[in-house]
Amino acid sequence: MDLRYSESDEKFRAELRAWLEREVSAYGPRPEHDVDDWNARRAYDTGWQKRLHAGGYAGINWPREYGGCDLPLSEQLVYYEEIARARAPYVGVNFVGMLHGGPTLIAEGTQEQKEKYIAPIINGDHVWCQGFSEPGAGSDLASLQARAVRVGDEYVVNGHKIWTSFAQVADYCEMLVRTDIDAPKHRGISWLILPMDAPGIEIRPLKTMTGDSEFSEVFFNDTPVPVENLVGKENDGWRVTNVTLRFERGTAFTSEMYNLQAHLAQLVQVAKRVTRHDASAWEDRALRREVGHLKAELDALWAMLKLSVAEAAGNEGGMPGVGASAVKLFYTELYQRVTELAIRLAGRAALSRGDIAGFPNEEFVAKHMNSLSLTIAAGSSQIQRNIISERILGLPRER
Amino acid sequence: MEFRLDDDQIALRDGIRAFCDGRVPNEQFAVLEEAGGFDRELWSELAEMGVFALRLPEADGGVDLGMADAVIVFSELGRRLVPGPLVWSHLAADLIDGAATGAVVVGGIDSEVPGPIMIEHLDFLDALIVLYADRVERVDPRQVKGEAIAKPLDPLTPTHHVAELPAGDVIGDAELVARIRLEGAALLSGFLLGITEASQELATEYAKGREQFGRPIGGFQAIKHLLADCFVRQEVARAAAYAAGATVDHPDAGDVAATVSGAKLNCAEAAMKNCRTCIQVHGGMGYTWEVVAHYYLKRTWVLENTFGTCDEHAEIVAARLDAQLA
Repeated sequence: MDLRYSESDEKFRAELRAWLEREVSAYGPRPEHDVDDWNARRAYDTGWQKRLHAGGYAGINWPREYGGCDLPLSEQLVYYEEIARARAPYVGVNFVGMLHGGPTLIAEGTQEQKEKYIAPIINGDHVWCQGFSEPGAGSDLASLQARAVRVGDEYVVNGHKIWTSFAQVADYCEMLVRTDIDAPKHRGISWLILPMDAPGIEIRPLKTMTGDSEFSEVFFNDTPVPVENLVGKENDGWRVTNVTLRFERGTAFTSEMYNLQAHLAQLVQVAKRVTRHDASAWEDRALRREVGHLKAELDALWAMLKLSVAEAAGNEGGMPGVGASAVKLFYTELYQRVTELAIRLAGRAALSRGDIAGFPNEEFVAKHMNSLSLTIAAGSSQIQRNIISERILGLPRER
Repeated sequence: MEFRLDDDQIALRDGIRAFCDGRVPNEQFAVLEEAGGFDRELWSELAEMGVFALRLPEADGGVDLGMADAVIVFSELGRRLVPGPLVWSHLAADLIDGAATGAVVVGGIDSEVPGPIMIEHLDFLDALIVLYADRVERVDPRQVKGEAIAKPLDPLTPTHHVAELPAGDVIGDAELVARIRLEGAALLSGFLLGITEASQELATEYAKGREQFGRPIGGFQAIKHLLADCFVRQEVARAAAYAAGATVDHPDAGDVAATVSGAKLNCAEAAMKNCRTCIQVHGGMGYTWEVVAHYYLKRTWVLENTFGTCDEHAEIVAARLDAQLA
């Protein structure tokens, strides 16, 4: 049992660090603009994806034949540590394609689908969105009602999706539809590649509590999808979906996990700068204990991820196991506690969402608000607890 | 980086587990309690299994394994609440002749811990290690005048209240004090990991069998979610304890002090919460002496107050973070 990085890992780190130092400063920070200028956000995020691709650092866990780096596990972890250290741009609008749809296509797509869709994801040409949840199908995702009826060489899709990230700027949607209304709910679902420029699509952005519109509602009205866009077999979509969801719960949040370490470090720096009761806030032993506690948990999270991914490396296709639910559950609730401490440290300064009086509230407040979505998205904490108690502990199943 | 159990470690774990399961089943807790919380025969068997000599070089009669292996072994001892001064005797293997073979039972106390001097297993000790700020002493336990605690918190941890520690022979300096505290905390992380796992498993088994309202209580989400949280804490504790062992073995892998303190904190907290949940899930029966859940909680209380409390370790971790940022 060895946590040390090898010489070749460290060589990879040195090269990557040099590359990031050059590229991150050259690319510049996200431009100041309206948070809802989605074309600008797309341009920034995909521009960075193109740079990663040109530099040979895109798709670190993707197979080489699909343009990825296929890095060994230890180098992937080095990658996330360095990306966080360099404060490189976040994956942003590329999230669904790179961490979700792309890996699913690699695992489940036909040769033609792989050839057509995978390269434009990894080189930053195409943006994907996710059409899973519906107003009546949230935690009970399998009860989804969007219909696809086969007519000749097409599926005709009708339905209403919600919480669709990046819908405004997406080229394709990973779309779950019901193809057999008579089958039990898990057995009549199919997974489609739906082009977002197809006719009959209406997008209504949803304003979230953070004030931006990352999510949309999407309405499909007789939207045609070619039958060759079916991924996996017809009515086998629930199994394909679970492949997708396990990627999402397993490794998709790795870079954010490591970023949380940087967030706590920033909190300490602010605490040392600001005054409380005639001393720096860092002189407060209660605060130091809380910080130490959270830091210990963050370190454990990083170790837990290393164990979990090491186990996944033994699985076929590197697919995360159900243990990924434990990582997701712990990570998202820890994220809330870390970001909440930052808000408590800010005190009345937190009445401003913008930077004020030495408090980087643009980051502190936004991160904490964002944290509230993490325990809901990608399977709520309650769903994760059901998964753990049923599939790992063997307790009786819900209906 | 190979951060998972290798085949030898799996074999080591399985071997110790089979021994402990056979030798210290639940029914044995009451027997050990009757015997005053110590079993000399069991002690010799543990020595034969290599529990104390584990990290000694082969030339000195040891097994030549590392701290990561020791953490695995101690987690198995924790699963079965094996009694006795295990950590001190293990740490004394290269300090006191006879500790490694089990012939000499070694206990210990950190005199710098505030509060009354509470010495565990005093009546069974052949040697006592005392930590001071600047030195380590070996004390003859027969010279220690103490009053046996009539009602020890943990029925398997007999304890004496001692007014004053007699002088002993100096066997080490401040560097040894620091090493013993660090390694003691790492070993206890393993033991507490075992308690965390065992209390979760005990509660889960009960929830599967106990029926109310016509179905197993483990089918109710109120219970399932408590147990899911126990599992998550167990996985957090496991990662933290393994990381502590691996980092003590390879100090260049990370910040040793922060990793060990983080492990002790995470494992003690996980054990405490899982033990409480275990009692809660058992309902009224969990509150009885007969159901073994309370033994786990009581041992955890003892260990929370040994080799640093959660609060103390949190401050160490915070200080290390501060130093990193400077």
